[in-house]
Amino acid sequence: MGARADKLNHVRLQTPVSDEDLAKLEIGSVAFLDGVIYTAREGVYEKILNKGETPAVDFAKLTNVNFHCAPAAAQNDDGSFTVGAVTATASFRFAKYLKRWFAETGAKVIIGKGGMSQAHYNELFVPVGAVYLTTVGYGTGALLGRGIKSVEAVNWLDELGIAQAMWILKVENFGPLLVESDIRGQSLFERNNAELAARVEGLYEGLKPPALSRYGETRDKTEELI
Amino acid sequence: MIKADTIEQAASRIMANAAIDIPDDYESGIRAMIDTEKGDLSAFVLEAMLENWQAAREDRRPMCADSGLPRYYVKTGNEARIEGGFVALEYRLRKATAQATHDIPLRPNRVHPLTRQDNNNNVGMNAPEIEYSFEPDADWIDITSVHKGGLFGSDYRMLFPGDGIDGIKRFFLDVLFAFGKRGLACQPAIVGVGLGGSKDTCMVLGKQAACLRTVGSRHPQPEVAKLEGELKELGNKTGLGAMGFNGTSTVVGCNIEVGYTHTGGMPMSVHCFCLSSRRATARIHANGSVDYRTDPQWFTPYMRRGSVGWDGDAALSGAAE
Repeated sequence: MGARADKLNHVRLQTPVSDEDLAKLEIGSVAFLDGVIYTAREGVYEKILNKGETPAVDFAKLTNVNFHCAPAAAQNDDGSFTVGAVTATASFRFAKYLKRWFAETGAKVIIGKGGMSQAHYNELFVPVGAVYLTTVGYGTGALLGRGIKSVEAVNWLDELGIAQAMWILKVENFGPLLVESDIRGQSLFERNNAELAARVEGLYEGLKPPALSRYGETRDKTEELI
Repeated sequence: MIKADTIEQAASRIMANAAIDIPDDYESGIRAMIDTEKGDLSAFVLEAMLENWQAAREDRRPMCADSGLPRYYVKTGNEARIEGGFVALEYRLRKATAQATHDIPLRPNRVHPLTRQDNNNNVGMNAPEIEYSFEPDADWIDITSVHKGGLFGSDYRMLFPGDGIDGIKRFFLDVLFAFGKRGLACQPAIVGVGLGGSKDTCMVLGKQAACLRTVGSRHPQPEVAKLEGELKELGNKTGLGAMGFNGTSTVVGCNIEVGYTHTGGMPMSVHCFCLSSRRATARIHANGSVDYRTDPQWFTPYMRRGSVGWDGDAALSGAAE
């Protein structure tokens, strides 16, 4: 890693990540994972939570790490899989599924893109002691792809397609990831946005508003849109 | 006569090049940003990206797993002849897309918008898009593959002449704040701005400015080039760095393209080409040889002509009328 990485704290986590390890995580630390993770996005949540389908895996035994992702992968003629790159997709869209997902699967670590809002951390993450690790970039697909050692299983491949299927992946030194939220719900992005808010007014100062306004949900540029 | 087989082979290769190899101009731009970035987290992110591009090159694996929406831009010399014509060309580009999706592999992102049905090959109704332009006195064709992310970082607004540069700057800031927080736009981006044209042209020009011009390129009209510089500086003063962390790395380059527009309007679009700015071009010559590069050279003087006819460089900017 580069010179700036050396200024940051580094941690290595084994899955399932223990409550003790989760409690020690500090926002802004660089994390790498070893063990097993699974992917889940719209298709998987709809199936398990809203259509009542039973997953072919026992989450409690498998892992407590949920990756908001779809890999760049292909199935080979012999049925095996080639996984090239993996990157996360924006997580805020999945907040509506998370309360039940945490309760039903015991997930404690969410890996994704962009984090969640403070309200979601307070309502969903803190009560179950879960944390959010964000991927870096975004788009460190090749580095994360190197961390995938094998595809353990793929669920609902035919029905959901490669991008939406549930991939169960064995990983080693999987990263870099950044600790975005801790078990107390402190958030790197939220802290950062608060600092950013102080600058906004000055940037717009002196620029006259356009003649025609637009309907919108907010005019306050310091407000979050997610 | 350019053979259809040659087109397919070249298209497959630029699909892979675009997915795997970050263009030199973009990487150089990011290296320069790291040197001046004071935010440690933002700089850490950029360093991680350098490492990622290196890993992609070494392993020949895609730099990013979100393959975006792979598409093509075809510039055809006026004298070029294609075996089987344009129907054959389009078939070969679609075939190369499906094959490359499996072979590289790329993520099959393209689904039906309502049924969400996925052909698992990035091909479907109206996909991949193929856009065309022409070049006088040439017998080659240029094919450019662009894989741009599809969810965040673009917007359109109808402004009016009285809104002036203030209106342009405000909307530019609006888009950066809307999509730059938490790094949803995957910045630092090549920010393309479309100014003028009709609404659809405005979107097309802005997207092409982001995806088909290099970092450091300048529009030939001084007024436009000056605004490019001002918007870049403004974007890097927002406090948004990589991933939205505090810093100065948001706009690695700002490219503006203009189209003559309605006298009462000043439509504007903004587009962010991301930390995996994926573009690669093949020039297929009439003799069958192929050259590969990362600068699409899309906006030629002919493309930007303002005059009725075409008389070489003299026609640029419309002043020749």
